[in-house]
Amino acid sequence: MSDGATFLYDIPGPRAKRRNLIITIISAILLALLAWWIFDTLNSKGQLSADKWEPFTTSQMWTTYLLPGLYLTLEAAVLSVIISIPVGALLAIARLSDHAWVRWIAGVIVEFFRAIPVLILMVFAAALYAAYTSVSPSSRPLIAVVTGLVLYNGSVLAEVFRAGILSLPKGQTEAGMAIGLRKSQLMNSILLPQALTAMLPAVVSQLVVIVKDTALGGILLSFPELRRAANTAASNYKNFVAVYIVIAVIYILLNLTLAFAAGRLERWMRLRRGGGAVGAQGGPDGPDGGGVPTMVSQTEFGVPGIDESITPQVGIRPQRQ
Amino acid sequence: MDFSFLSDDRYHLLDAFWMTIQLTFWSAIGAMIFGTILAAMRVSPVPLLRGFGTAYVNIIRNVPLTVVIFMMYFVLFSQLGLRVATREVGVNPQSYIDTTNFRLAVIGFIIYTSTFVCESIRSGINTVPPGQAEAARAIGLRFTQVLGIVILPQAIRSVVAPLASVLIALTKNTTIASAIGVSEAAVLMNTLIENESDKLIPVFLTIAAGFIILTLPIGLLLGRVAKRVAVKR
Repeated sequence: MSDGATFLYDIPGPRAKRRNLIITIISAILLALLAWWIFDTLNSKGQLSADKWEPFTTSQMWTTYLLPGLYLTLEAAVLSVIISIPVGALLAIARLSDHAWVRWIAGVIVEFFRAIPVLILMVFAAALYAAYTSVSPSSRPLIAVVTGLVLYNGSVLAEVFRAGILSLPKGQTEAGMAIGLRKSQLMNSILLPQALTAMLPAVVSQLVVIVKDTALGGILLSFPELRRAANTAASNYKNFVAVYIVIAVIYILLNLTLAFAAGRLERWMRLRRGGGAVGAQGGPDGPDGGGVPTMVSQTEFGVPGIDESITPQVGIRPQRQ
Repeated sequence: MDFSFLSDDRYHLLDAFWMTIQLTFWSAIGAMIFGTILAAMRVSPVPLLRGFGTAYVNIIRNVPLTVVIFMMYFVLFSQLGLRVATREVGVNPQSYIDTTNFRLAVIGFIIYTSTFVCESIRSGINTVPPGQAEAARAIGLRFTQVLGIVILPQAIRSVVAPLASVLIALTKNTTIASAIGVSEAAVLMNTLIENESDKLIPVFLTIAAGFIILTLPIGLLLGRVAKRVAVKR
């Protein structure tokens, strides 16, 4: 963004420098006042005293509440993403089918589950499992949470994969057909592998959304993920402020790591493509691939680095021009 | 399929979805305003504001909305003592509690959603050709004028579609207000499931239909608007 934004203003001269300094000082004072108000209010209520933070030094806080909660959060997230990928790939293939009715059914499924809040899906899944299956009540919340997440994220990933397949150069399909591959062979051995790998960074970014959405399980389903487990701890130790700050930090670190990994993955794959190992760009065969909407246009909404990479609810749908 | 619960006056289906609409409406307006300010901060010539904007977006965007909403209650309301509604003597205290929870939820949604608005607008700013800003600077406009008269009008026109996705996501996210006791659609669904456990599928289809009715027009309408206002280049 540094080079993207500088054309908005001139290089500051003496007057602009002075003005910027004044704005800096004023906003610094305002931010300091806000910080001081928060600090002072929390302090006067004793929220910052050592005894509110002491529980974090005991092993019980971590082994009884936070770590089991974190484990469940990660378990739900990992299970969801592992199941969502094949579901998404299948729906993407179905939406690109030659048969209108298959396209239509897949389209309805994808649009339906993208329009329903995940929380609603989770609550419904839990009720459904309770009424019609013999899933034990102890494992029901986890399975319901994973079901809700898979239905939603499978649909989202289906759109991601579909965009990935559509963005492959036409030459890939034509070459496959020219050597006599069947439609399924073309999809399975040429288009899908390229689309899946090209969309891998998007999948890792989607993991951030999934990790955040696991916290929905604690609201109405009493799934003891990190937020809910921490809430129990907070009511025991009477330190809600401290506990919520700590779990916010845990979530931030976790998600920044995932976003960082997605960014690294994207850069690594771009380098690999540059080396010509994978033909997503249509190989070095020159200018006639130039006008094709290649991977570059596909990843456009996530290009400028890590913090841009697919903002969860924002950029998933391939943006229409 | 037995939809008899629709005519049962124990359940206020329309009230629940009206609450969803209200939450979405106020949060969307607040998030739009605050998100635009954040975007302006992130591209401003003042390093402190840029740093604040970047830090804010990267922190808030990585915290689950559920945690943000609970923090509104446990930190902002209980500990920082922010009173967002006035308690009147002699009035049913329940209405005070309801108003408080509603407004806390709206504040939470604004805090969270503004980061996505900010990032959408910023990506829109990046789609405006540099020549536009350079021409504006060449005729002597200052930063606020460059941004306000030349860049933002074009940027916002090009981000109508992404902003529509943000708005749809916000509509769905309002179900999280159930966490602090705002009686919107998710709470109603939970009650319905408990009381009408033999009509699970009809209950689900009803609530789902409600959300589809809310979100589908947003997508279609704003999709059309996006096409109409798009800057032709």
